[in-house]
Amino acid sequence: MSTLEIRKLNKSFGALTVSRDISISIGEGQCHALIGPNGAGKTTLIHQISGVLRPDSGHILLDGQDITQMSISRRVQAGLGRTFQITSVLPSFTALENTAIAAQAKAGSSLRFFRDASRETALNEIALSTLQRVGLADRAAIPAADLSHGELRLLELAISLAGKPKFLLLDEPMAGLGRSESVALVALLSELRGSLPMLLVEHDMDAIFQLADTVSLLVDGQVVARGTPDEVRADAAARAAYLGENAA
Amino acid sequence: MDRSLVTAAVLFGLLLAMPFLLPLIGSAYLSGLIIKAMLLAIAAISLDLLIGHGGMISLGHAAFVGVGAYATAIALENGVDDIFLLLLITLAVTGLTALVSGSLALRTSGLYFLMITLAFGQMIYFTLTSLAAYGGDDGLTLWSLATVFGSNVLQGGNGLYYLVLGTLFATWWGVYRISRSRFGRVLRAARDNPERAEVMGYPVVRFRLIAYMIAAMIAGVSGLLLVQHAEFVSPALATWQRSGDLIVVIVLGGLATRNGAILGAFFIVIVEEVLGSFIHEWRLIYGPLLVLMVLFAKGGISHLLMPKGAKGYAS
Repeated sequence: MSTLEIRKLNKSFGALTVSRDISISIGEGQCHALIGPNGAGKTTLIHQISGVLRPDSGHILLDGQDITQMSISRRVQAGLGRTFQITSVLPSFTALENTAIAAQAKAGSSLRFFRDASRETALNEIALSTLQRVGLADRAAIPAADLSHGELRLLELAISLAGKPKFLLLDEPMAGLGRSESVALVALLSELRGSLPMLLVEHDMDAIFQLADTVSLLVDGQVVARGTPDEVRADAAARAAYLGENAA
Repeated sequence: MDRSLVTAAVLFGLLLAMPFLLPLIGSAYLSGLIIKAMLLAIAAISLDLLIGHGGMISLGHAAFVGVGAYATAIALENGVDDIFLLLLITLAVTGLTALVSGSLALRTSGLYFLMITLAFGQMIYFTLTSLAAYGGDDGLTLWSLATVFGSNVLQGGNGLYYLVLGTLFATWWGVYRISRSRFGRVLRAARDNPERAEVMGYPVVRFRLIAYMIAAMIAGVSGLLLVQHAEFVSPALATWQRSGDLIVVIVLGGLATRNGAILGAFFIVIVEEVLGSFIHEWRLIYGPLLVLMVLFAKGGISHLLMPKGAKGYAS
């Protein structure tokens, strides 16, 4: 059964069509990569999946549940985790608090007004073990505003994981990372891959070849090629050679 | 031990002892002044929940003090004088007003939120001035006040003083608890980065609306007590200048700090009284004094009382 299924998604802004009949299906334990030149409509597609934008037509299903009309927060509640292209954390919260409040969203009601949340051991344990998983445990007590860029990218991932997602949307997770940091993150993501299906938008082709089971190539809002990374690379090279498209 | 708890203990200890100390100085006038400061502090603490913890800068918060005061006054005029019933009416009316205005205002944030709360505040102010049956522009002097189980112990003197002090304590404690709770944490997350809070799975507007209603209801209760103290209501309670005063109080005292609103309220009331007793144009000094305070006491009065190492970001 597929965990994220995109069915015939269409979206236009006036005369500009940014998504044309996009269908993508990502199964259990799979990592699917979305590639394409700038302006191909990758970000618009991500926005439609995460709920920032609504498609004009088509459906998005998460674990069989139609989430097309849900609000952003409902989708997260339904199990859609995501990381941002531009790091987005809570700067005045420590790394632990950032992760704990993400876990809180999945651990009962947040309409509790009296108990000290920072002393809820269950939440803090989830937070700490998630930080451990991404290798940030020794930075748990540091405010996010004082973390380095590389650490923030990891925290970003930890926040998404703490919400116990069924599916993970990764929007350029390698953005701005140094070589060694990228390698570490790829290793971490490939560990996660088996247990957590993901859609990866990334420019780093090395990362895609290591992580992705399947790839979709998006050009002008359309999926023009799909298959294993090798197939798509061959296809994309052929298109570039014959059609002069600036693909991949 | 946490220095802010010591400060709080000293503050509340002094307030608790005041009715016994004041007769020694021989001044009923002073006790009125302290009640005035405590009422200001109650409203300011509730606004701090919005501004300090929630990042929602409202310029119409005094309107809820006005709504609470008028709800109480109108109920009293119509023969309701049981304080519990009055409290219930005040909470219901201010909560409902906040639900309606908040649902609309919270579609915006930042400067637009400030403008729309200002507009709602003024609408409420003009509505109150048009209540001809209840005094209109001039306000209304009340001939009957709230009773508790039929007794008039809360209508002045120490009974009223301790009622106000108890409410101040409950507000101070309650808002502090809320700020540390799961709910308060989500509210702070939404202040820090609303987009992220949303993508953590929190419907930000709903959380903000609940905070807005809680803050409005607390402000309404301060309005109820104000009626009981002043035996008078007027639309002036709800003007936007009053809302501005509340912002000054919490900024001076220290945003999102445990004691900031109380310290700020007492500071303002005392400075007004002291300066006002010396010169008629006291506002000429008051203005520059506020400028100096904001420039040199960043983080507010409560941060001046903190040890050097502990002046981190208040959260």
